[in-house]
Amino acid sequence: MSIDFHREGSPVADAKAPAGPIEDRWEKRRFSGRLVNPANRRKLRVIVVGTGLAGASAAATLGELGYRVANYCFQDSARRAHSIAAQGGINAAKNYRNDGDSVHRLFYDTVKGGDFRSRESNVHRLAEVSTEIIDQCVAQGVPFAREYGGLLDNRSFGGAQVSRTFYARGQTGQQLLLGAYQALQRQVAAGTVDLHTRHEMLELVIVEGKARGIVVRDLVTGEISTELADAVVLATGGYGNVYFLSTNAMGCNVTAGWRAHRKGAYFANPCYTQIHPTCIPQSGDHQSKLTLMSESLRNDGRVWVPKQKNDDRHPAEIPEDERDYYLERRYPAFGNLVPRDIASRAAKVVCDEGHGVGPGGLGVYLDFADAIARLGKQAVEAKYGNLFDMYERITGENPYERPMRIYPAVHYTMGGLWVDYDLSSNIPGLFVTGEANFSDHGANRLGASALMQGLSDGYFVLPNTISDYLADGPFPKVDETHEEVVAARREVDERIAFFLGNDGDRTVDSFHRELGKIMWEYCGMERTDEGLRKAIGLIRDLKAEFYKRVKVTGKAGGLNQELEKAGRVADFFELGELMCIDALHRTESCGGHFRAESQTEDGEAKRDDEHFSYVAAWEYGGDEPVLHKESLVFEYVKPTQRSYK
Amino acid sequence: MKLKLRIWRQSDADAKGGMVAYELDQVSEDASFLEMLDVLNERLISEGEDPVAFDHDCREGICGSCSLVIDGQPHGPQAATTTCQLHMRKFKDGDSIDVEPWRAGAFPVIKDLVVDRSAFDAIIQAGGYISAPTGTAPDAHAAPIPKQDADAAFSAAACIGCGACVAACPNGSGMLFMAAKVAHLGLTPQGQPERHTRVLGMVAAHDQAGFGGCTNTGECSAACPKEIGLDVIGRLNRDFRKAATRAA
Repeated sequence: MSIDFHREGSPVADAKAPAGPIEDRWEKRRFSGRLVNPANRRKLRVIVVGTGLAGASAAATLGELGYRVANYCFQDSARRAHSIAAQGGINAAKNYRNDGDSVHRLFYDTVKGGDFRSRESNVHRLAEVSTEIIDQCVAQGVPFAREYGGLLDNRSFGGAQVSRTFYARGQTGQQLLLGAYQALQRQVAAGTVDLHTRHEMLELVIVEGKARGIVVRDLVTGEISTELADAVVLATGGYGNVYFLSTNAMGCNVTAGWRAHRKGAYFANPCYTQIHPTCIPQSGDHQSKLTLMSESLRNDGRVWVPKQKNDDRHPAEIPEDERDYYLERRYPAFGNLVPRDIASRAAKVVCDEGHGVGPGGLGVYLDFADAIARLGKQAVEAKYGNLFDMYERITGENPYERPMRIYPAVHYTMGGLWVDYDLSSNIPGLFVTGEANFSDHGANRLGASALMQGLSDGYFVLPNTISDYLADGPFPKVDETHEEVVAARREVDERIAFFLGNDGDRTVDSFHRELGKIMWEYCGMERTDEGLRKAIGLIRDLKAEFYKRVKVTGKAGGLNQELEKAGRVADFFELGELMCIDALHRTESCGGHFRAESQTEDGEAKRDDEHFSYVAAWEYGGDEPVLHKESLVFEYVKPTQRSYK
Repeated sequence: MKLKLRIWRQSDADAKGGMVAYELDQVSEDASFLEMLDVLNERLISEGEDPVAFDHDCREGICGSCSLVIDGQPHGPQAATTTCQLHMRKFKDGDSIDVEPWRAGAFPVIKDLVVDRSAFDAIIQAGGYISAPTGTAPDAHAAPIPKQDADAAFSAAACIGCGACVAACPNGSGMLFMAAKVAHLGLTPQGQPERHTRVLGMVAAHDQAGFGGCTNTGECSAACPKEIGLDVIGRLNRDFRKAATRAA
């Protein structure tokens, strides 16, 4: 049946999810999964694409176990993957603060924070594993913040009432990634991991229904080659750059995942995107990306706007009673620490009403005056010094003297390739970890949970679950002459030849910017039936124009950054369309997906559990993707309307 | 703003490069240095020319990808700032700006402003880690670390591996990069068992990769966007002396 740009297919189920008491499920699955004898592991080859937290940790751990690993990244060094930019911290249910935290509470908070659109089993496993991650990272020498007694410091973070976040100043992602990178380099030296930097995956090779390899382009020489293996792991990150302006690194892209999707892998919940409330507002048309200010700043900063509309007075001249501390007013229990989706939308509401500050009225104040008065400038500097410096470098304004201006920006994507409990996609032999999969955050991710999930998947989950699949290997040998391999390479060659041969007159970036504007306008913080329909039409028209008019300079051999971008933007067009179709079909609001038609009287997101308590897993279908629903069952956390009042 | 740029263009590793002049008008002072280059590249592509290749990724000063020598200074004129965080308000209308790649024997040019920094990875492979295979860790609180040691370890670990230290050094030495890692790991209790093999292995890999020797000129630390101090080099030298005597 064809409905609203899509067809509905048969339901999909997570066949690997164990039943029974939730706290026993991970143990049960680890025991029921088959193992691979150490002597046989060296006969098995595993490809890992990506060297961020989820990729580097998986590649290093699989190497340590004795598998032969081939690891790829497009950056010039594995250490530069975008996990490096995560600022705030990593959650773990250690309860070192004795403030009532536990595995069950972290599980509960994550399911609730995800607005009841994630799987209980996955989230519980994540909470269990969280404590091992901290131990592992400390053993690697990760310099977490410590107290004077020498023990680890913790802080409360984005929407949590307990202090369970471990951090390393404002550079937690960097320090965790360097830990994983160093473990990876140790395996490179040991000869268990072949690391290929400056290589980009451009196609997935499927032979007899199983993922058996990838086609890559050497970004320095332009050479196209094939890597064949017994299993493929995609740890290729999120797709926030579909909006052009986001907090993602410039190179972040969806190509690896999208190529797998085109070959049959389901893409789940693509419309679940996270808009981060505390980013530096855009300053002009030259803007190439947006910079996040860690939301740890909300622990001490107070968010406000002038009560008067279009008030262009200097913030210091606006008296206390003419300021609206709207988060504290609307959410007295959580105040400035409400979850990201709520804080973002609240900022949009006040700016739409005309209270915004700065260029174009797209900004709200994040004010540290009270914190500086209470704690002293020195203490504030010790906590946030590097973030304040970064703000000043970018804006030219001193945040010790004048409140920061912040505005929401796209930051993280909860959707991704569909995986089962074992992190296997629906294509046998294709596994997906970290932000690239959809599994643990539901419709909204809590702060400090991305690092936790990336490392949980890479260090502890995938290395345990992949053995059940590899126990059937080694699989029959496939070589370069196999027809599927030849066909995959041909597709890559043809795409490259098309871009270089196209007689166009518009740059790749000009298309990417225009696509991003459509996505932000119609599939951003607020979505409507009318807007999404319009967006699908606009994207289709722009995509047709892209193929007609895109101009790519240079040649196939050698370093060609325009060619790299062209391939990525081509895939963003198709993804953007699917995101809008997904957002259109989900007529409820949940987490990061806010449908204007579905809100409470107070303007809060209103879920529709009766009709939408499922994962939307999309099968590639060109102009008409096929929807497979996976029902969500809640046995431990009863879905309620989230309230942070 | 109006700018006169001179940019190093080199079509590939084997080609002979040279400085090429470009003029750019209406540059916003709120743009970052890399956004200014984006604007130039958009124009070059429209004119059918090959855009200027440069490494960049996060544009937040943390990934360490960007690597330009601006008017003779790695990462340009602003202290403690990577190229991607350098904004055009630091320049004046009508300025002439020279843009070159990192210049060092161990970092060969790949194209234009892009260089090969894989020698840094080779140094880490030779011992820049703590051997702690996944699953072997004791509880995180098993070994308390005095706050001052943890803070010092963090400061050394803040290195982003960009290579500005090498580009700034008259000898093309990778000493500051290497010493930052030796200091970070050597300041933690977990890093002690491999402390001596680490420093010997890393120094050997450093020399083999073609980096020059350290003569304590201090240009490295002055150019470092993360302000890694020269004290880490003293620490490396102490560890190296001890390790070398023990090995002998």
